[in-house]
Amino acid sequence: MTDATGTPAAAAAAPMPAPARKSLLVPDPRVRRRNAAEARFRIYGLIAVGLSLAALAALLISILSGGLPAFRQTYLSFPVELAEARLDKSGTRDRAELQKATTLTYGNLLADALRKAIADRGIATDGLSDKDVAGLLSAEAAAQLRNRVLADPALIGRTIEVSVLAHGRVDGYFKGRVTMDSAERVSNIKPGQLVLADRLAAAGMLGLRFNAAFITAPDASDQRPEAAGLGVAILGSLYMMLVVLVLALPLGVAASIYLEEFAPRNRLTDLIEVNIANLAAVPSIVFGILGLAIFINFAGLPQSAPIVGGLVLTLMTLPTIIISTRAALKAVPPSIRDAALGIGASKLQSVFHHVLPLAAPGILTGVIIGLAQALGETAPLLLIGMVAFVRDYPAAPPEGLFDPASALPVQVYNWTQRGDPGFFERASGAIIVLLLFLLVLNAVAIILRRRFERRW
Amino acid sequence: MSAGLIILVLLGLGALGFFLGRRRSLAAAGGDSRRLHSLPRYHGQSALLFTVVPALLLMFAWLLVQPLLVDARVSAGLAQADLPPGASQTLLMADVRRVSDGIGRVVAAGRMTETQVGALNAGQTDVRALLAQVGVALGAEVRPEVFEAAKDHRALSQTGRNAMTVAVLALALAGLAVSLSRIRADYRARNVYERFVMALLVLASLVAVLTTVGIVLSLVFETLNFFERYPALDFFFGTVWNPQFRGGSDLGILPLLWGTLYISFIALLVAVPIGLMAAIYLSEYASRRVRTVAKPLIEILAGIPTIVYGLFALVTVGPMLRDWFAQPLGLGNSSSSVMTAGIVMGIMIIPFVSSLSDDIINAVPQSLRDGSLGLGATPSETIRQVVLPAALPGVVGAILLAASRAIGETMIVVMGAGAAAKLDLNPFEAMTTVTVKIVSQLTGDTEFASAETLVAFALGLTLFVITLGLNVLALYIVRKYREQYE
Repeated sequence: MTDATGTPAAAAAAPMPAPARKSLLVPDPRVRRRNAAEARFRIYGLIAVGLSLAALAALLISILSGGLPAFRQTYLSFPVELAEARLDKSGTRDRAELQKATTLTYGNLLADALRKAIADRGIATDGLSDKDVAGLLSAEAAAQLRNRVLADPALIGRTIEVSVLAHGRVDGYFKGRVTMDSAERVSNIKPGQLVLADRLAAAGMLGLRFNAAFITAPDASDQRPEAAGLGVAILGSLYMMLVVLVLALPLGVAASIYLEEFAPRNRLTDLIEVNIANLAAVPSIVFGILGLAIFINFAGLPQSAPIVGGLVLTLMTLPTIIISTRAALKAVPPSIRDAALGIGASKLQSVFHHVLPLAAPGILTGVIIGLAQALGETAPLLLIGMVAFVRDYPAAPPEGLFDPASALPVQVYNWTQRGDPGFFERASGAIIVLLLFLLVLNAVAIILRRRFERRW
Repeated sequence: MSAGLIILVLLGLGALGFFLGRRRSLAAAGGDSRRLHSLPRYHGQSALLFTVVPALLLMFAWLLVQPLLVDARVSAGLAQADLPPGASQTLLMADVRRVSDGIGRVVAAGRMTETQVGALNAGQTDVRALLAQVGVALGAEVRPEVFEAAKDHRALSQTGRNAMTVAVLALALAGLAVSLSRIRADYRARNVYERFVMALLVLASLVAVLTTVGIVLSLVFETLNFFERYPALDFFFGTVWNPQFRGGSDLGILPLLWGTLYISFIALLVAVPIGLMAAIYLSEYASRRVRTVAKPLIEILAGIPTIVYGLFALVTVGPMLRDWFAQPLGLGNSSSSVMTAGIVMGIMIIPFVSSLSDDIINAVPQSLRDGSLGLGATPSETIRQVVLPAALPGVVGAILLAASRAIGETMIVVMGAGAAAKLDLNPFEAMTTVTVKIVSQLTGDTEFASAETLVAFALGLTLFVITLGLNVLALYIVRKYREQYE
């Protein structure tokens, strides 16, 4: 490849042997070599573009194929008799009395009901022990039933049709993650249970359904991947975006207006400009350290709180917003300002009444892109304690901003650190949700730009 | 009054100020707005700003400073003699704060009245059980001294809060009164208003500077703190990283720096050829249609959150490299490795290299290309011998920016590179980076007084200095180059 590119100087130094008079249409070996090099170079370029696109495709396919199953979940449906003798011995339906029946009681109730339903339908259990049959149920199922009964004590004494979560490994079996072979090797599921699950599925008692709880439910503990959901994480992310929007939009726009329209060229403004350019390139984790040292240790704000996350992300996205806002302001032609000033507006009036409205679509686009960046950011949130296990939904803002919460990307990280392989599916599913949010944000940004952008 | 309520009241006062200001100005001009220097609106707006802004600033300052003062008072009150063996003052204070917060919740939940709380005595009541009812979990029984301190803490906080409410509202009313009393027909309300707004704009642009100051101060202070506990020389030149939570750890940064640089190097090895060739192809060869499709697609790679790359490394790339390369070649059997993190990070920074290079290649004047093509060079010869040399400084700048991005990247290495601090050459071994160790030293319940925690700040400072240096250098190179053809 190198010899084909002989420099003019080299060509001059080694004069060609007297050229045989051949047709210009027939390439000589040298031209052929150069043309081959040309073709190769072109192909390298094509390969590079192809590799980048292939990487993108591999990334998306890997996430989608891993995560889509999380949106479907295996449920067991069967009738349960809510015997008064077991759930409410006093018979008063008093709330305090009802709370004495623990999830253990409800678990036994469910297990008995499941065995009864299996026996009623005449499904063979092949000598599986009672415990193994009950093992098809998720540990979360009892808690779900208990919450349902506590919410509506009138159910006690009646027989209701319940639809409860199946155990995570049973769920994995129906999604192809667990096979008969792998079931033999692990302790928490037996092949016999999977055979029974197959029969139950054939009898219509067990099946995959759309899993709305994945979006709304809170996180669940280590042994219950089937019950883990994104509710708290989505709320936490939403709260943080709210804080970022409320703080970063006015601050960023104000700073940009000053720097672009008013700032004199002096030491101070130079310092600010250099600062912003460099802040945009500071690694995000450093902002996490800042948040930990200033907001948590110094200002005493609570750990894991969306307000702290929002503040950190605000500082992080501020440079991005300032840079894009300044570009939008710069795109407004000076003639607009001159016309406003010419008919007697003050400088501030010309900016706020004329330049800013014209730059608004560009500014909003920049802000939305900044928000998208903040939404996907993980590292700084790890340092301010957002990895904590949070099961309670935060309250409504503004008080809820100080309650512990999680965030979408952090929840993904949290799930990948757990032992059960069921959590990997959840993590990929959470990423799909995250990417959907990003897609919506970016689509809004693009539409805004398309619809309102003006060429001058 | 709670902070939210105070803000609402302030906004209400501000709105009142706006209407009063407008009305008063019109009255001063005898109902004829032509006799006013400024439009009535400006009189109203300046009254609004003078009412709300100083009061809000005071409130935020107060909220920031009060906990510090209260803590200092209570902490001094807790005599050192009270310390049980093994407990530190900071942990004790954390307990005090938690109990104080818990009592607040008990009262808020209506389980007790203020007088009942005042009469409480840790010796007699089970404070821990009481607080557990409102969701405040305590590690151990509350000792009487701590409980008394917590009551003190709460009383002081409440006094402070009341004082703040009074002070903030007084300031708002004073601002309102002053701004209203100044209104006359020839009062230059617009100029005052504009100067006020300008001050706000300057303040907003100073936030960026404040952030930098905050970063540098927090990093430097804690780093100095760290160097008091651990010798700086051992930190910068130690080759062993082995933190022990009982003390006596080795905290040498070299293995971490080595891992960081090794992974970044592999990332650049992936990203630079691909990114550069993609940029060349798209700007010099590709048809318009291909470019409008391929360019945004490649840039999508830059918009994907790093956690997604992290999961990709963990679930897909890592196991694939292990099963297809590392194990057959006998180079190790860890799925998290330098190679995993490097390749995935390389994919992530392809768009940085390609879009920056694209800009720079496009900035090379067309006349240079035309001259070369006119002399009979093929397009590839033109690119290699004319365009690239002309664009070289800019491309180097782009690569440096990408390198700084790679060095500061966290999630990919946390999930793909492993946690073992090693000085090794085998790219299929798990290694670790500066960012990974910052995360692992600072997550979880950490005590702030130990060298093992504080080392994270020294690592952060090192990272900050390295990336900042690379950036300044890259921006300098790019800017210098840009001027050449303008």
